[in-house]
Parts: sequence; structure tokens; C-alpha cells
Amino acid sequence: MSGKERIARRIAREIRDGFYVNLGIGLPTMIADYVPAGIDVIFQSENGMLGVGPAPTEDAADPDLINAGKQPVTELPGCSFFGSDESFAMIRGGHMDMSVLGAMQVDEAGNLANWTIPGKMVKGMGGAMDLVAGAKRVIVAMEHQTKDGGAKILKVCTLPLTGTHVVHDIVTELCWIRVTPKGLLLTEVAEGLSAEDVQARTVATLIIASDLRTMATEVLR
Amino acid sequence: MNKVVASADVAVADIVSGATVMLGGFGLCGIPENLIAALVRSGVTGLHTISNNMGVDGFGMGLMLEAGMIASHVGSYVGENRLLEALVIKGELDLTLIPQGNLAERIRAGGAGIPAFYVPTGLGTVIAEGKETRRIGDRTYVLETALRADVSLIKAWKGDRLGNLIYRKTARNFNPVMATAANLTIAEVEELVEPGELDPDQIITPGVYVDRVVVGASYLKPIESRFIQQGGKA
Repeated sequence: MSGKERIARRIAREIRDGFYVNLGIGLPTMIADYVPAGIDVIFQSENGMLGVGPAPTEDAADPDLINAGKQPVTELPGCSFFGSDESFAMIRGGHMDMSVLGAMQVDEAGNLANWTIPGKMVKGMGGAMDLVAGAKRVIVAMEHQTKDGGAKILKVCTLPLTGTHVVHDIVTELCWIRVTPKGLLLTEVAEGLSAEDVQARTVATLIIASDLRTMATEVLR
Repeated sequence: MNKVVASADVAVADIVSGATVMLGGFGLCGIPENLIAALVRSGVTGLHTISNNMGVDGFGMGLMLEAGMIASHVGSYVGENRLLEALVIKGELDLTLIPQGNLAERIRAGGAGIPAFYVPTGLGTVIAEGKETRRIGDRTYVLETALRADVSLIKAWKGDRLGNLIYRKTARNFNPVMATAANLTIAEVEELVEPGELDPDQIITPGVYVDRVVVGASYLKPIESRFIQQGGKA
């Protein structure tokens, strides 16, 4: 199982029946593949859709039916379409139970940076700033370190921020970290790892939960 | 009343250089392909564009960028356009990136006679720098101002000569809200129908917001991101 799949499988277990969830582009999109059996979840796409279904076959793709990653999707029964202003009214208005998105950096205060590297990368924040300001629960799903082994979970973010004090949980292939007023609480570690192993690969200081558990990744079916 | 004009070229003929222009669409979905092509043919320059994205290299607003007709742009995500990234890093294009929800709501406010409003979005980030903030209840909010344009170029699925419009699936996106926030709104439609044919209960953009209607042709509608996650879900 790849690290990304482990992250997606673990977060999928947090989805509850009746949830409305926005999944960010990339890794978070994989979560839809592992929703537990018997759970009705409605995925929102901020370009204006509730009830986003699986990807279509190549020849059934409809250019008028895409997700926020600009990928073709399908309609589930009961889906609905709306304009961008209404889409963000429902996001900002607290109607999303969960928002899962990627990050370049997260820090001990729950600050998030995921939209720009000054002088190097010009892309934009898209809907990320609105999502982290409005969703009831914000989960960062990302690989624990950069491709060249650099730290992403820091004491203080160094890149321009997407939001301040907005992240509730950080999930990586190594662990689950909850953001608390006292700092980052390590609640779960991947099978075969110790809290010390995770801390060794993390610049931020981790508080180790007294009931530290192994990160479960089986799909509830 | 007949808002239908003969062609996209006629529809955009009085847009002047230096105008502020909103363009509907999300990525390449629901963009006014025919109006963009006509605007490029018109040869205007120095445009100030407002649109969520900037097309891709070689399509959509990317064509306007390549024609050198854009002086500044306000949007939320431009990651699909390499030329734009290069121009910005060289300092040759004035780009303002703002949160997508702020973009949508600022346009909504612009069309609804609301000069400014408070949102929680971006508090403590660079986008809130220099802006008024205010504590309301237990949270601090940032003051955002309305956005309007000289012209909005939008794309609908079906419309009638009164300017009533409906949209198709996620091709709706920014189009209806942009229709409300310009001094001149030009809509291109895939199909022109007779007044009364659109179910009044289903009309998304009432004709009051639309000044000109053009029947578009030869839609290419490329799908920007063909490839999907392994496992087949999106």
C-alpha cells in the first residue's frame, strides 16, 4: 500500500453518515474510493456541484461536467448544480462537515500554507482560503516530508499562509496529529513505527497522546 | 425586445482598449469560446480581466494572453497557464490572486448594490494586509469590496431573445453572477429558443441582467484534465 493510499484510507474512516465533504485536488480526491459501507456521504465540488460521482469512462466524459480539478466526473442521483457564489456561500456559511486538502507546510498553531512559493510558483489559492475559513473540520492530507526529505510540519510556517489557526487534524503516511491549543498532539502512528520515529522526521514538537494508537487503514466494508 | 445580435464580432465591436472585462467559466468549462475569439480578432489591448482562471496555453483566455491584449488580471487560480506564470515572474503582467469565494462574492455584491462586506476568509494572510478588520461576535472578519466590470462575457446553454438564460451542469460556475455585475453583459448561448420555451421556474439568469445575446457555434469544449485517479473515482 502506498503512503498516499494509507492516508486516503485512514481519512475515509472519519466520514460519517450524512456528511457533506469537500475533497481537495490530488491526494484528497482518493478518499472517495474508500468510503465505508453503509455511509451516505455527499461530495461537494466548489465549481458548483453537490453529489459528485465517480469518474466516467473515457468516451462518456462530458466537458460540461467536471470537478474542481477540472477532471470529468459523473452525476449521482440527487445531485445538484449551482453557481460559484452559492457554492462559496455554502462553504463559508459552515455547511461543509469536512474539508480535506493538501499542504506545503503546517505548523504548531494550526496555520496552513499551500498556495504559493514567492518568486517560484504562481498558481493561486483557488478555493482553499474560503474552505479552511468555513468548513466545520479541516483535515490536511499530505505526505509527511517533501520529496527530498524536507520538513513540512514546522514550528512556524515560513511560506505565505492560506489560513491562520484553521487546521484541526494533520494526516500523513506516518501518523495522525491533532492540532490542540497546547500544540500538536500525536494520536496515531503507522504500524511498525514508534512516536520517536515520527518525531525524528518532524521539526515541530509533538506531544505524545497517552493513548497513542496504531493508525488503522482497513476499509470499513 | 430583441437582444440577439448577428455575430460575436458585432457583439464585442464596441469594447474599447483598456476596458475591464469579466469572463465566465471555470477552467475551460463554461467559457465564452466565441466571444473570446471575437475579442482577440478585434485587436483591443490593455484589458483588465477578471476571471477565475486564465485558460490554458493555446485555448480559452490563453489566446488573449498570447495576443498580448491583457494588462492586468484578477483571478483565483492560474496554475494551468505557463505563459502567464512566466510573464508574472518577469513582471510583465499585473496579476492579483484572490480567494475564489471572495471573487464570487465580490462580484455578487457588485451586481447587488452592496459596496463591501465582511468575511472570515484570509484573516492573518497576505490577502488581508491593509484591509479593515472588525470583530463581530467571537470572530474577526476582513472587509472586502465589490467588483464590477465594464463588460461581462458569459456563456449559457440556452437563452431567448429577452436574455433569459439557463446553464448546463458545472458549466454554470461564474457565469450567472458575472451577468449581474457589468455595465454591459454579453451572453453567448449554444441554443436560441423562443420566449416562453424556457420554463420560468428554471430560468437561472433573468433577462434583466443581459444586454446582448449571441448564438455560439463550433464549440470545442476541450476537457482540461483527461486523466483520473487510479481506482476510477474522482
